[in-house]
Amino acid sequence: MKMLDFVVRNAVIADLQATDRNGVIREMVFALANAGALTEADSEAVFRAVAERERQGSTGFGKGVAVPHVKHAKIPRMMAAIGRSAAGIDFAALDRAPVYTVVLLLSPPEKPDEHLQAMESIFRHLQRDNFRRFLKQAETTQAILELIEEADAMPAG
Amino acid sequence: MSSPSTRVEREVTVPNKQGLHARPVLRFVDLASKFDSSIRVCKRDTAVDGKSPMEMMLLEATQGTVLKIVAEGADCEKAVTELSRLVSDGFGEE
Repeated sequence: MKMLDFVVRNAVIADLQATDRNGVIREMVFALANAGALTEADSEAVFRAVAERERQGSTGFGKGVAVPHVKHAKIPRMMAAIGRSAAGIDFAALDRAPVYTVVLLLSPPEKPDEHLQAMESIFRHLQRDNFRRFLKQAETTQAILELIEEADAMPAG
Repeated sequence: MSSPSTRVEREVTVPNKQGLHARPVLRFVDLASKFDSSIRVCKRDTAVDGKSPMEMMLLEATQGTVLKIVAEGADCEKAVTELSRLVSDGFGEE
């Protein structure tokens, strides 16, 4: 599966305004709503679900990335938002280091396999040092999308 | 003095319904990182660094997957014991 199959282009934020974990999650969930992928009414419930899951256990994988994700009945189809913070966010990450890249993945509960494939695609990209480094430096939505498109085109492994 | 064994391996089956998804991976890596021994986790012919969350995610261990945990170093015995207990307890999940 390619990342661009499920990343919502209008929810790719090159310059996150929020500076704390919940603020960032909220900003990204509402970016998906503004892009028309979620209804405004459902966004609040989805935000609360992601924030709660993150409170139970951080998805800050270290090396400056976090991948908050949730399966929720209010999510009509699988979708992802991407956020970049130049300042870095305290995500209570495994290595305690600030997070610069956040990939938020939302899935409907009835498609766990699709969710797994999407996570696999995200991590295949994120484990590349260059991908993480260039993403951290990408200053525009267009630059982020181009990096993902490039990574999507690379052979797996 | 006699040197203690410096390499221990054990097989464990992933019991929880959700498999080795993000949060169990992070719990595993967090525990693995507390040991000085190197930790490898193998699934069939794939072996990854048990202290690297991203490599661990790519194992895609689902319910029923048999993992082999290999520790090498002075505290390998304790590492394998605690890590395999974490897995067999289903990471505290269902």
